[in-house]
Amino acid sequence: MFQIHVSTSINGDDTEFSCEADETLLDVLRDRLGLTGSKEGCGTGDCGACSVIVDGRLVCSCLMLGAEAQGREIETIEGMANGSELHPLQQKFLDHAALQCGVCTPGFLVAAKSLLERNDNPTEEEVRYWLAGNLCRCTGYDKIVRAVLDTAKEMRKSPKTKKTAAKKRVKA
Amino acid sequence: MNVISGRIPLQYHAPATLKDAVNLLANSKGKTQILAGGTDLLVRMRTGFSEPDNIIDVKHISPMCKISRDGKGFSIGAAVSSAEMSENAALLKAWPGVVEAAALIGSTQVQGRATIAGNLCNASPAADSVPAMVAAGARALIRGPKGKRKVAVEKFCKGPGKTVLKKGELVEAILLPEKPARTGDAYLRFIPRTEMDIAVVGAGVCVTLDSKGVCTAARVSLGAIAPTVLLDARAARTLVGTSLDDPALDALAAACSAAARPIDDKRGTKEFRIHVAGVLARRAAIIARDRALGKS
Repeated sequence: MFQIHVSTSINGDDTEFSCEADETLLDVLRDRLGLTGSKEGCGTGDCGACSVIVDGRLVCSCLMLGAEAQGREIETIEGMANGSELHPLQQKFLDHAALQCGVCTPGFLVAAKSLLERNDNPTEEEVRYWLAGNLCRCTGYDKIVRAVLDTAKEMRKSPKTKKTAAKKRVKA
Repeated sequence: MNVISGRIPLQYHAPATLKDAVNLLANSKGKTQILAGGTDLLVRMRTGFSEPDNIIDVKHISPMCKISRDGKGFSIGAAVSSAEMSENAALLKAWPGVVEAAALIGSTQVQGRATIAGNLCNASPAADSVPAMVAAGARALIRGPKGKRKVAVEKFCKGPGKTVLKKGELVEAILLPEKPARTGDAYLRFIPRTEMDIAVVGAGVCVTLDSKGVCTAARVSLGAIAPTVLLDARAARTLVGTSLDDPALDALAAACSAAARPIDDKRGTKEFRIHVAGVLARRAAIIARDRALGKS
C-alpha cells in the first residue's frame, strides 16, 4: 500500500525499487536491495556508518528518504572494488590495520574515497576534518588517517589509479 | 523504520514547481513538512518528535536548487546545501561570515544536504547560520497562497521551533544584499570541542567602514543566548563612529554581555554564556573589521 516507485542508478546499474514514504535510503539499500555494506550505527546522521555518495556528494543514507533517490546516481561501498581487485583505499586499510570490528569501515572508505576524488593531496588536518562525521569506537582514528594519507600518496604516484579516479570524478 | 505505525501512511510529494508546492501545502490535510536537506526533519521523525502526514520534497523545483545573483544581491534557493554555498566563489567572497557559519553545521555528510533555509525554519536559538545571516542583513523570501513576501531573518523566528510562516507558506530562498564597499562580516561560535557540536554561544558581526577606517554602519547578532537569535542595536552603536579600537571593542563586549539573557543547560551556564557572548562578539568584530579593510 502507498508504495512509491523509484528509478535510480546504484553503482552504475539502473535500479528500480518500490518503497514506503517513510523508508530511508539506508532501509532500502539494506532491506530491499540486499546491499548490506552500508551500516546503521545511529540512524540520526551522527556516526557516518551509512555514508554513500549521491550525485557526487557524500551523504548519510539514513538522513535521506528512499523516495529521494529518484533520478539520482548513488555510489555505495559495494561499488568500490573492481571485481576482486580492491580499491587502493581498501588495500591500505588492510595494510595499516585501520579497522577492528569493521562496522564503521564501509562508511570511512566511502567518505575517504569522496575526499580523494576532490583532493588528491590532503593534509592530515584536512583528512581529520573531512572524516569528522565518521565515528569509530575501536581504532582511535590514527590508523585510519594514516591509511588515507598513504593511499593518497600512492594514488598520486600511480598514473593508472589517478586516471581512474579522475575519470570517476568527471562522471560524478 | 516505520515511524508512523498505526497511523495513516505518510505521503511523499515531489512537486516540480513552486506553485504546485504551495498548492499542496495550502490544501494538505494533517501535518505537512517541507523536506529540503532533511538533516533535521529525518532525525525528528526517527526520534518521534515529528510525525508528519505529508512530506513535500522541494529538491525537484529547479529555482530552489540554485544560487543566483542579480544587481541587488544573492538569492540562495532553499534547497541549496551548505557544501554548494562553500563552493560558490562569488558568495564566499561577498559574505564569508555567512558561508563559514553554514560550513560549521555538522559533518561533511550533513554539509552535503543541510540548507540555511532549513536551519532558519528549524528555529533553533542555537542555529549557526542564523546569527551570520542576521548580521549580513539577510531576508527570507516567503512564498504562499497570497504570493510573495520578504521577512528580515531576525524577525522570522518567534521562539524555539516557532516561525512567522502561515498555513501554505514556505521559504523559497534566502536573500543577501550586494555587499557595500569596505564591508566585512564574520561569525564565531563557542563549542567545547573543535567540530561537530551545537553552539553554546554564537556571535555575528558585520561592519562597514569609510575610507579612513571609521565604522559607518554595524550589525551585531547573538545566538544561543535568548529564545531567538538577537539583533542588538545597542551593541552595534558601540562600534559606529569608531575605528573598532580597543575601547570600542570593550564597549561592544560589555553591550553583548548585557544583552544576553540565556538559560542554564547541559551545554553551558548562564554566567558562562553571558561572558562568552562578549568575548565572541569582540573577536568576530576584529575579523569583520579586517575583512572590511581587505586584510583577509
